[in-house]
Amino acid sequence: MTTRTLAVVSAGLSVPSSTRLLADRLTTATVEALRERGITSTVEVVELREHARDLADNLVTGFPNTSLRAAIETVTGADGLIAVTPIFSASYSGLFKTFFDVLDQDALTSKPSLLAATAGTARHSLALEFAMRPLFAYLRAAVAPTAVFAASEDWAGGDGVSRALNERIRRAAGELADLVAGLPTAPPADALQGPFGGTPSFEELLRGN
Amino acid sequence: MQFGIFSVSDITTDPTTGRTPTEGERIKAVLAIATKAEEVGLDVFALGEHHNPPFFSSSPTTTLAHIAAQTTTLQLSTATTLITTNDPVKIAEDYAMLQHLSDGRVDLMMGRGNTGPVYPWFGQDIRNGIELAVENYALLRRLWREDVVDWSGKYRTPLQGFTSTPRPLDGVPPFVWHGSIRSPQIAEQAAYYGDGFFHNHIFWPPEHTQRMVEFYRRRFEHYGHGAADQAIVGLGGQVFMRRNSQDAVNEFRPYFDNAPVYGHGPSLEEFSTETPLTVGSPQQVIERTLGFRDYVGDYQRQLFLVDHAGLPLKTVLEQLDLLGEEVVPVLRKEFAALKPAHVPDAPTHASLVAAAGGAKDATVYAGGDDVTGQAREEAEEVEAR
Repeated sequence: MTTRTLAVVSAGLSVPSSTRLLADRLTTATVEALRERGITSTVEVVELREHARDLADNLVTGFPNTSLRAAIETVTGADGLIAVTPIFSASYSGLFKTFFDVLDQDALTSKPSLLAATAGTARHSLALEFAMRPLFAYLRAAVAPTAVFAASEDWAGGDGVSRALNERIRRAAGELADLVAGLPTAPPADALQGPFGGTPSFEELLRGN
Repeated sequence: MQFGIFSVSDITTDPTTGRTPTEGERIKAVLAIATKAEEVGLDVFALGEHHNPPFFSSSPTTTLAHIAAQTTTLQLSTATTLITTNDPVKIAEDYAMLQHLSDGRVDLMMGRGNTGPVYPWFGQDIRNGIELAVENYALLRRLWREDVVDWSGKYRTPLQGFTSTPRPLDGVPPFVWHGSIRSPQIAEQAAYYGDGFFHNHIFWPPEHTQRMVEFYRRRFEHYGHGAADQAIVGLGGQVFMRRNSQDAVNEFRPYFDNAPVYGHGPSLEEFSTETPLTVGSPQQVIERTLGFRDYVGDYQRQLFLVDHAGLPLKTVLEQLDLLGEEVVPVLRKEFAALKPAHVPDAPTHASLVAAAGGAKDATVYAGGDDVTGQAREEAEEVEAR
């Protein structure tokens, strides 16, 4: 059986957090969807709240400290990403944006990603489409067509989650699972291996390549 | 192993007094720091090049020439020379002149410069940074090595039968280091030519340095200049010392907390863990510095940053006393004992002249009128008219 890794980024601020709750639902559904496709998965969660100061330090110094570096490597090294943020002032939270600001600009290229957000009312739901999706388009991530929004009222259903939200989670997880399942199994062999493997040779640099 | 200091030439307010030195004071302070470096037995003084406030060092050759006149053994270098925005013809001329004036005590460290607005001031564009570094340096090498150069390229006017003067001292160009923090293309360039590679190794985690140095060593071997462990590596480092380590921490903290590069971010303790910054006793600096070798291998040059963030001159000179009296003598001995025989020392003018088979007068004598500089045929033409 093939194994894939999923990274979950949650920008919720309170404990417990509805953002984390949504992230967990999406994760469970994605793991299940991957299992149906014959793929086992391992999951690592990055709680941005725990890296709030690390992120501010990174902005000032230009590099992540050890703790933040581990979180970044979790995300950039994963086969799939589930990114969930609360909506503040009509957009993703500053904490969420800062995490993606400190990544290398190519770090998420072609990364299968599922976007989700929480807010107090459904009036914020389009922030997923006018704020979050453009951010990930800029990062050239491979974003699942369905994004998942949960307002406070969605958590009030009989089983804790409304039927509509449940259905949306299931659909989004299936889309992410398809993207993750479609990844090639081994990286292509490069002439130059290791870090800086893609560096042009000096002969190429001299020719202006 | 060569030991020395490098200055970024910043003019920064002293956070403990609120006073900002004038350019004049800071320039004179750097001269005092350089001559003191020789007095206390250091080998190298290197000076940055910047063209914008808060830095004063826009004319490294003028400054280094003055220091050369006041010293006798100190090796003078740059940290860095902007190979992207300086005309390579002017670099060839300026540093050959400095080489003569300093009796060969000069080498250069090439860098691209990462301040975007500076590029257009010199007619360039930061987006071409790597290309400029490649083309300009290729021309610079030819100007020092070939008496008459015909050349055309993308970024400057062509040259026809051009001779850069003065010719390099004893027919041997200054040794060149290439400095880069993050661009593997620059490590590749250093490896291609068999030049030195310098990693500034300050303000960043050691893992960055390690990856870049490893890559340079591997490519140095690939291009046939020797084994990977024979490549020429230089490292920076940042220290602040007092005999009692808690005194060092207490005294340096306000400078750290307000420094332009990392101030208002991580704590001094966090930053000391994450980067090579060492604040403590001379013994702590010795132990930390010896540890650099564990991740970059045997290397040839260690430069410390000791004079930034508004530290007063008196304090910087005290740092140099500690470096010269207590730190460098121990490091010299320990590094030498660890270094295998096949790993070379940093090239000097003397070693480069010896490798070239001895000194030669490289002067190019013009065939023409030695007053006007006109070639003979041109002079005759003018007379005939």
